[in-house]
Amino acid sequence: MNGIHDLGGMHGMGPIETEPNEPVFHHSWESRVFALRRAMGAWRRWNIDVSRHEVELVPAADYLRMSYYERQLAAFVVLLEKRGFITRAELGSGTPVLQTPVAVPALRAEQAVELISKGVPASRDVPVAPRFQPGQRVRARNINPPGHTREPRYVRGKVGVIHCDHGVFVFPDTNAHFLGEKPQHVYSVRFAARELWGPEAAAQDGVYVDLWDDHLEPA
Amino acid sequence: MSRTHDDDHQDVPSDPALRVKALESLLVAKGLVDRAALDVLIDTYEHKIGPRNGARVVARAWADPAYKKRLLTDADAAIAELGYAGMQGEHMVVVENTATIHNLVVCTLCSCYPWPVLGLPPVWYKSAPYRSRAVIDPRGVLREFGLALADTVEVRVWDSTAELRYLVLPERPAGTQHMHESELAAFVTRDAMVGVAKVTAPHGDPA
Repeated sequence: MNGIHDLGGMHGMGPIETEPNEPVFHHSWESRVFALRRAMGAWRRWNIDVSRHEVELVPAADYLRMSYYERQLAAFVVLLEKRGFITRAELGSGTPVLQTPVAVPALRAEQAVELISKGVPASRDVPVAPRFQPGQRVRARNINPPGHTREPRYVRGKVGVIHCDHGVFVFPDTNAHFLGEKPQHVYSVRFAARELWGPEAAAQDGVYVDLWDDHLEPA
Repeated sequence: MSRTHDDDHQDVPSDPALRVKALESLLVAKGLVDRAALDVLIDTYEHKIGPRNGARVVARAWADPAYKKRLLTDADAAIAELGYAGMQGEHMVVVENTATIHNLVVCTLCSCYPWPVLGLPPVWYKSAPYRSRAVIDPRGVLREFGLALADTVEVRVWDSTAELRYLVLPERPAGTQHMHESELAAFVTRDAMVGVAKVTAPHGDPA
């Protein structure tokens, strides 16, 4: 979707504000949101792409006004409702009404340790042939899907060169909508800064963007 | 976008602390969340995983050319040699700064960041100003961080649009040849490993 989250290349967002000796979390509720999202994610009723897309659906004005963890919280609550974990009424009363069928126990401490140390790999060991080779010129397809895509607006229609092939990965554009993993090759594609931004950019500079086979066409 | 959906998101939480507390209690009461797991997650990222991990990787690469070669060709395996791996670092790529190449990492679409080696990202990395301008004006962004690059340097910006996570291997500062790995690791900063700064030796000049 052409949402506010797709920020690359925009102006007018103000200065970059850094904070010396910044804490990991600024409020304890932020740490709870962080942990709750991981713990609930372990139920596998959504995936990372669904979760990212839900944040993108936060209305643009709210998205810019909210802090990172406020956005995460807003999207998380919606996701919990959409996936049938809680109802709005329960959230208001704080009392469980809906019987959520729990087939296995919630994520336990030792499983959290394993989740942290092993992660959730997005690569897939399936034989899918690459459509492009390193060194090949490609064009980022001009697509404007209303749903989730990891092809940012600023590369669409632009010509780049395949820098390297990272291997086969889940395709977020379908996975975010529960339409399957559609595993395919991901490439690092180098776009010259001048191709993206015009003659004002430095001739030697470039932006490397990770794109999937479905985002690219021969150029 | 439907009307219902807009409504879902309309309220900015006035008191997120209370809302989160209520939400957590509800999820615990429903048997969906075990608080011990939450504590492990929070404690790990507050106290155990942070930029000191990445600093050790960088220092090892500076001290050991064979390790550096492995790090640049198979980052996952090389980083795992030091015991670091896992969530949001499942697929690592390390890019090397030199006298003529400067690398900068961003995630324009969300806030992707290499957790096992740098911990959770600072607010500025997740903010609209950094995410919007890092790709269109990296030299201006770097100046904002106090780093003026020569016109002859090639800037490479890495936009973390997939599940690859990027770590910058900064240049080793001059005058540190006598230093051991642990001494080197002590002054490698988070900002240098994101690419918004260079590493400065304690009593030397920036590289």
